[in-house]
Amino acid sequence: MAIESPNLEPKGIQGLGKAIKRKEDSRFIVGKGNYLDDINLPGMMHMALVHSPYAHAKINGIDSSEALKVPGVKAVITSKELAGAGLAWVPTLAGDKQMVLADGKVLYQWQEVAAVFADTRQAAADGAAAVQVDYEPLQAVVDPYKATDADAPVLREDIKDKMEGAHGPRRHNNHIWTWDVGSKDETDQALASSEIRVKQHMVYPRSHPAPLEPCGCIGDMSKATGRLTVYMTSQAPHAIRTVLSLVTGIPENNIRVISPDIGGGFGNKVPVYPGYVCAIVGSIVLGVPVKWVETRTENLTTTGFARDFHMDIEIGATKEGKVTAMKVYTLADHGAFDAAADPSKYPAGLFSICTGSYDFPKAYAEVDAVYTNKAPGGVAYRCSFRVTEASYLIERSMDVLAHELKMDPAELRIKNFIQPAQFPYPSALGWTYDSGDYEKTLKVALDKLGYEELRKEQAEKRAKGELMGIGISTFTEIVGAGPSKDFDILGLKMFDGAEIRVHPSGSAIVRAGTRHQGQGHETTWAQIVSEELGLDVDKIIVEEGDTDTAPYGLGTYASRSTPVAGGAMALGARRIREKAKKIAAHLLEVGEADVEWADKKFSVKGVPGKSVTMSQVAFAAYTNLPQGMEPGLETTYYYDPPNLTFPNGAYVCVVDVDKGTGEVKVRRFVAIDDCGTIINPMIVEGQVHGGLTEGFAMAFMQEIAFDAEGNNLSSNFTDYLLPTSLETPKWETGHTVTPSPHHPIGAKGVGESPTVGSPAAFVNAVVDALAHLGVRHLDMPVTREKVWKVLRGAGIDAF
Amino acid sequence: MIPGAFDYHRPSSVEEAVALMGQYGLEARILAGGQSLIPAMRYRLAQPAVLVDINKLPNLAYLSEENGMLRVGALVRDTDVEFHQDIQSRYHLIADVSQVVADPIVRYRGTVVGSLCHNDPSGDWAATAIAARAQMVIRGQGGERTEAIDDFIVDSFTTSIQEGEMAVEARFPVPNTRTSGAYEKIERKVGDYATAAAAVQLELAQDGTIKEIGIGVTAVALKALRVAEGEKLLRGQKPTRDLIRAAAEEAAKIADPNPDARGSKEYKKDMARVLVGRGLVKALGRLGVKI
Amino acid sequence: MQITLNINGQDKKMDVEPRTLLAHAIRDAGLTGTHIGCDSSSCGVCTVLLDGNIPVKSCTMFAVSAEGHPITTVEGLAGSNLHPIQQAFHDQHGLQCGYCTPGMMLSSVALLERNPNPSEDEIRFALSGNLCRCTGYQNIVKAVQQAAQAMNQPAGAAADD
Repeated sequence: MAIESPNLEPKGIQGLGKAIKRKEDSRFIVGKGNYLDDINLPGMMHMALVHSPYAHAKINGIDSSEALKVPGVKAVITSKELAGAGLAWVPTLAGDKQMVLADGKVLYQWQEVAAVFADTRQAAADGAAAVQVDYEPLQAVVDPYKATDADAPVLREDIKDKMEGAHGPRRHNNHIWTWDVGSKDETDQALASSEIRVKQHMVYPRSHPAPLEPCGCIGDMSKATGRLTVYMTSQAPHAIRTVLSLVTGIPENNIRVISPDIGGGFGNKVPVYPGYVCAIVGSIVLGVPVKWVETRTENLTTTGFARDFHMDIEIGATKEGKVTAMKVYTLADHGAFDAAADPSKYPAGLFSICTGSYDFPKAYAEVDAVYTNKAPGGVAYRCSFRVTEASYLIERSMDVLAHELKMDPAELRIKNFIQPAQFPYPSALGWTYDSGDYEKTLKVALDKLGYEELRKEQAEKRAKGELMGIGISTFTEIVGAGPSKDFDILGLKMFDGAEIRVHPSGSAIVRAGTRHQGQGHETTWAQIVSEELGLDVDKIIVEEGDTDTAPYGLGTYASRSTPVAGGAMALGARRIREKAKKIAAHLLEVGEADVEWADKKFSVKGVPGKSVTMSQVAFAAYTNLPQGMEPGLETTYYYDPPNLTFPNGAYVCVVDVDKGTGEVKVRRFVAIDDCGTIINPMIVEGQVHGGLTEGFAMAFMQEIAFDAEGNNLSSNFTDYLLPTSLETPKWETGHTVTPSPHHPIGAKGVGESPTVGSPAAFVNAVVDALAHLGVRHLDMPVTREKVWKVLRGAGIDAF
Repeated sequence: MIPGAFDYHRPSSVEEAVALMGQYGLEARILAGGQSLIPAMRYRLAQPAVLVDINKLPNLAYLSEENGMLRVGALVRDTDVEFHQDIQSRYHLIADVSQVVADPIVRYRGTVVGSLCHNDPSGDWAATAIAARAQMVIRGQGGERTEAIDDFIVDSFTTSIQEGEMAVEARFPVPNTRTSGAYEKIERKVGDYATAAAAVQLELAQDGTIKEIGIGVTAVALKALRVAEGEKLLRGQKPTRDLIRAAAEEAAKIADPNPDARGSKEYKKDMARVLVGRGLVKALGRLGVKI
Repeated sequence: MQITLNINGQDKKMDVEPRTLLAHAIRDAGLTGTHIGCDSSSCGVCTVLLDGNIPVKSCTMFAVSAEGHPITTVEGLAGSNLHPIQQAFHDQHGLQCGYCTPGMMLSSVALLERNPNPSEDEIRFALSGNLCRCTGYQNIVKAVQQAAQAMNQPAGAAADD
């Protein structure tokens, strides 16, 4: 019996712009997701870590004897054992190295000191509690401004007096690097001749992505095959495989990294953490699979912090409010190791997007990074490499300037926007913006909000002593890292791969080097391929996260999936279409030049009704090929983007302030995003809701704080505050569409715009509410007490 | 995180529970709702050698009025109060507090009596019990005693319960139609401990003067405090804005909070004042008295 | 110690330590839809129903204490069809990474049983013991509203729509 071509007419092409429901939901809503901790392997042991109670201390000894007496405990390893395997220290993503387990001293509170392996998770925990460590506390460096004091203790004795670092010279033992961009002299001159100059210091506090699923890993070294399988909560499984191979010496073909379903990542799950290394070493040593799953405390205190930028800005402008120059100095607190997840060439990430949406003729930015006794990190928390800090800086500063000029902040922005005709726009700090229509987007937001009416209401309220404020943020992001000429991590160029295999019956499997954590790739990748190939979206399955099957790619973070992997998906599909066209010509019995792709099928030019569908072509690719053609219909495409993309948006926030307690209530928040072409509006809106909520959290709640001894004060969810449904405002969303001219489908990416753009809108609104009391700036998180201080300072009280 | 190991007992009578508490003394803890105890055990901040789980004890989940008192048995969950229509409509203070203890899911398991016994200085029920002039019923091997809440609350995490005893009931006076109250709490988010909170309950006489009043504040000292001087200022008086302001200031005077991430000493003291003021205004408003 | 837990209608005999958290016991029984996200009873991703309609954070309860109380986990929500709350979370894009979803749905089911027509404010109030890091809650609220509507229709009416 010959196989016949089934279902030739596609029923459900659901390409770009369709709000189709998500394919991945089906397993999650019935509790059948497969997260790291859901995986249990035969004979698997559990690992627990011993942590330092001190931020800075010498270790005089570690005694594991009591731990080894705990029933079920099988082994304890320390740095000494790791050194035997050459794994006492491992390279970070930023050109530094870090201890896996404390080597002679600890450099931050909660640092990993020993790993305990046991038959059960209970025994592992009991064993960890029984390990005795003899610490000799040392003076801790907590304030980054004091890190480079002449008498500051040397934190990193491993590189003491080694004054050449991965990113240039170091000027102090606790200094890591200095990075600058732009013309200092020209900027200074422009500032000197500016009619108006404003300066502001502001801190973007240390925070943590805190996905609800903590990080975890199962190392599974098979003695029989010599293959290491690593299950890991990783946003970048391919890069991890390469790093593991380089670090362990195991050939890369013998390492398989599987990143199962991820319960949120937000940048937290990009780096390699000591716990991962220990679980893998444990498996190699013990010959059984070893699982390690973080506690929430471990998550918040040891893995991937974000931000911690201490910024000083000066802006020059004319009296009419036209900006002339910007100068920025930033001190970056990197903690004990420089483990920032930034592209190699950009130790401060893409912070130089700090000129934002405005036409600054001159700009200069300088960043100094220092070591302190805090956990390492500097991950891009729902952020494209320090864009969040940059956007907050410029958007907050524009309000400071507006305040100085006594000008409406919307008017000031409109006066300085890069104009549509200026694109592609070369910024003073070296970027080429792709597209945007900033004024249009802002006007959509202001109209939706009813800006003029609210300003009137504000004036009336102020006259009665009531406090309300309106805050604007018209941010521009820079995402989609990135073009290989500039972008790599550890030398790995930041392209991404897509593999598309069209089956004989007109279905397809699509694989990508990205790894979603809730962004909906299983749906949106299928939509792109459906659009490009004219296949039913329901017949396209998407797979990510297994390095044995997926094409190489640098992973999902920094809003790079749609700009990079999305491009690979579209261009891969188009490459398949080229071959399909040849097959179509064969089926239609015409020359290839006479065939055109229109309305999602191949037709003979000028002959209405004579056409074949992609399903028919797919069937023919396996059953009825032109003479001499290679069978099959599949491809792997690696996309190296020509430029980054520049999503942007206009956010406007209205707040009311309680004069008695200082409580700020967000009354309204309008977010108009321009992320270029929209693949799935439902998913885009969902991404915006979630990102705005994290921006809200940054503005008002989240902070990883330390006391003077370096104790982490935010080590669990009772102290590191994530907003609930009750605190979270209601979001009003909308969009304008200015496609990216260089992206294959015009998409720019959206997942991080709201986290990047919203914090300034919230803070601007609070400052606006208090501006007449002389307030020009408040640092995040804007707590009730900070507002209360302003109110009582101005003699305002109420109960 | 995994709690340390412990011996587990599940008594089937109060007598048996009390005997176990007597037998194991300070090594034993009672497990009721466990919503404070279990997290503390997971962090190994608490490592009791013995847990006496009272959840299977019969006849301790009662919530009934008797002899002018609302009797709240030791196994009454916070939600039993929160979802109780009659209590919600007549016990204004208790209605308020029942909606802000911990978070809505924790309240399904947490118990009123357990919270009072835990006596966290930031707990919500202690200040409530102070304002409402509640009593605690404590059972020991020698029998039962009833204690005024002011005597029950001794210090931070410390009550008058002795070794070999357990609290079996909290009693709140039944309010009449001229009684109202309010609970005003500032928390950084749902589920956070209070930054500061104030409980107020008052009864108006026919002539509009304040016949009886209770004011409690929490999270502003090592234990919940009664604002006795504030009560004194208002008792027997017709409430005015100035009197309320003065009474509220008494709360700030006695508050001696620890500074922490929730706020400085100054802020918390001021919040004690603001919240007592607001609680009084709200309670009076509920009786139709506009201030 | 030997205990028997009734989970989703099935008796499961298990050998646990007294300190075994209910969440671990459920997961060790192979029902991994119940997740764990913190140690402080804050996040609610471990929420299950006791006795049919009482949501509890199963990481803040010992397995031994759950004996005699039937437990419903996310795996027990659907019959031959999805439970209306599951359908609604899917329809309204009420989930992204899916990690909070089981607990969030079970808390929602408990709310709807108690209050079949909750307002948006009541929904936000009732779900404030469950954290979500992805959705900003807005679509979760919509999902609960959709489920409320579906559950309030007389049996069979939904199919006629």
